Amino acid sequence: MEATSSTTGRPLIRTAARGAPARAPSELPPKLKVRNLDFYYGHYHALKNISLDIPENRVTAFIGPSGCGKSTLLRTFNRMYSLYPDQRAEGEVILDDVNLLSMTKDLPLIRAKIGMVFQKPTPFPMSIYDNIAFGVRLFERLTRRQMDERVEWALTRAALWTEVKGKLDQSGNSLSGGQQQRLCIARCIAIKPELLLLDEPCSALDPISTTRIEELITELKNDYTVVIVTHNMQQAARVSDYTAYMYLGELIEFGDTDSLFIKPQRKQTEDYITGRFG
Amino acid sequence: MSAATAANPLYRARKRQNALLLFVSFVALAFGLFWLVWILGTLFYEGGAALLRATLYYQMTPPPGSDGGLANAIAGSLVLVTTGTLLGTPVGILAGTYLAEYGKSNWLASATRFLNDVLLSAPSIVIGLFVYSVYVARVQHFSGWAGAFALSLIVIPVVVRTTDDMLKLVPNSLREAAIALGAPMWKVILMVTYRAARAGIVTGILLAIARISGETAPLLFTALNNQFWSLDMGKPMSNLPTVIFQFAMSPYADWQRLAWGGAALITLAVLALNIVARLALQRKE
Repeated sequence: MEATSSTTGRPLIRTAARGAPARAPSELPPKLKVRNLDFYYGHYHALKNISLDIPENRVTAFIGPSGCGKSTLLRTFNRMYSLYPDQRAEGEVILDDVNLLSMTKDLPLIRAKIGMVFQKPTPFPMSIYDNIAFGVRLFERLTRRQMDERVEWALTRAALWTEVKGKLDQSGNSLSGGQQQRLCIARCIAIKPELLLLDEPCSALDPISTTRIEELITELKNDYTVVIVTHNMQQAARVSDYTAYMYLGELIEFGDTDSLFIKPQRKQTEDYITGRFG
Repeated sequence: MSAATAANPLYRARKRQNALLLFVSFVALAFGLFWLVWILGTLFYEGGAALLRATLYYQMTPPPGSDGGLANAIAGSLVLVTTGTLLGTPVGILAGTYLAEYGKSNWLASATRFLNDVLLSAPSIVIGLFVYSVYVARVQHFSGWAGAFALSLIVIPVVVRTTDDMLKLVPNSLREAAIALGAPMWKVILMVTYRAARAGIVTGILLAIARISGETAPLLFTALNNQFWSLDMGKPMSNLPTVIFQFAMSPYADWQRLAWGGAALITLAVLALNIVARLALQRKE
């Protein structure tokens, strides 16, 4: 029988780092499988032999000190690194039985399935309405009415609708930082991706905006698989079901959040989460 | 006791340096403004009266000693500058877009950027001679097209440079955000980066227009001049800079007055264009 967490009843998973991939528990189908992933910035070896499974409809957090490769890992999932000729990845990142890393064309289709929200809010220089509609128009032909509904739906899910419903024609740049970030999340979910990548989405935000976005993440996991990179360990503990600790390009430990924080298996993880370094 | 007291020698030295530098900056500012004010003052002192006479705007350039205006030169300048801008701007924007979005720092982009900078600083008379030798001398006559072409060659490097610079200022995070939604590169450029860089790109176009509005040398060899009203691009075409050049150098007082009027008119037109464009941009933002 599999051990379960005493507080949540979630199945425990444990990784042997640098060995067999960290598997999600059997009843949770992995949404994304990473196998033997190596990543290079020019000659710099930034990710070393990463293998893990991202469980479906759960929130998985990546923590670790700056420069440990969390964001780099996230950027391999939607092939964002392909924009830069000196960056390359080896290994496998498998979404729905397709190895994303070996794809040479139709990258936009991948990216439409995998939404990404960045550290700093990046509203497009257009109206709030068009910020949402931009992504939707890329793959769907909607009537004005359907588009209105979609915009309202996305903004409502991102907990922004009540604040902006009267000023949809105003520039996205006119919003506050926290609102801009929620706009970016709304823009992302408006195209209904299967996987949501959040790269330190709250690092530029005040505590109130952070709380709203964390509530949002918790709510989103019912329909989406969420991966979040964060510097904030409390945040990882609050919002995630599974947490991975990375250090110097390696996956040190990956497991369910409660056990990782309460009873880390490895000394390095314990040192980091107890603040002894990093 | 803290070393941060008003008597601290380092602090006092820094204050002295600050005062000195501020003073030098003010002198430089005053020096620059002095000439600018003098130029503008002379221009409107000499040309103001001519500007206020309605005949300036509807009579043709006169022979010496008779009354006239600059109607043909104004119309010719408008046609030449508009055509030159319309020819040069798309090429400039597209080339600048290639440099900033696609070429980045590959050898083709680096070479293009270098040559563009050479073209940017090339004396305009060289451009005029070039168009003269490759076009005017072959077809054996001056024409509006040749003038507009020469002006467009001046527009292109200015617009390439500003478009390249302004697009490079657009943060990559904005491009990545659009690409992350599944947008193809061309759509990202068209819908996102152009919008983000719009004010800068428009400023570049305005700079180019201001520059060609006053260019004389390239037109001397190409559009030349025309005493009569003509909007035929296949024929020599009158234009303000050449008329100013010709009339200002002449010994006739009435021609000189018209030359001042023309100079003031170009200055005001460029100023007005800048104000209108800025207001329009502000309203859109």
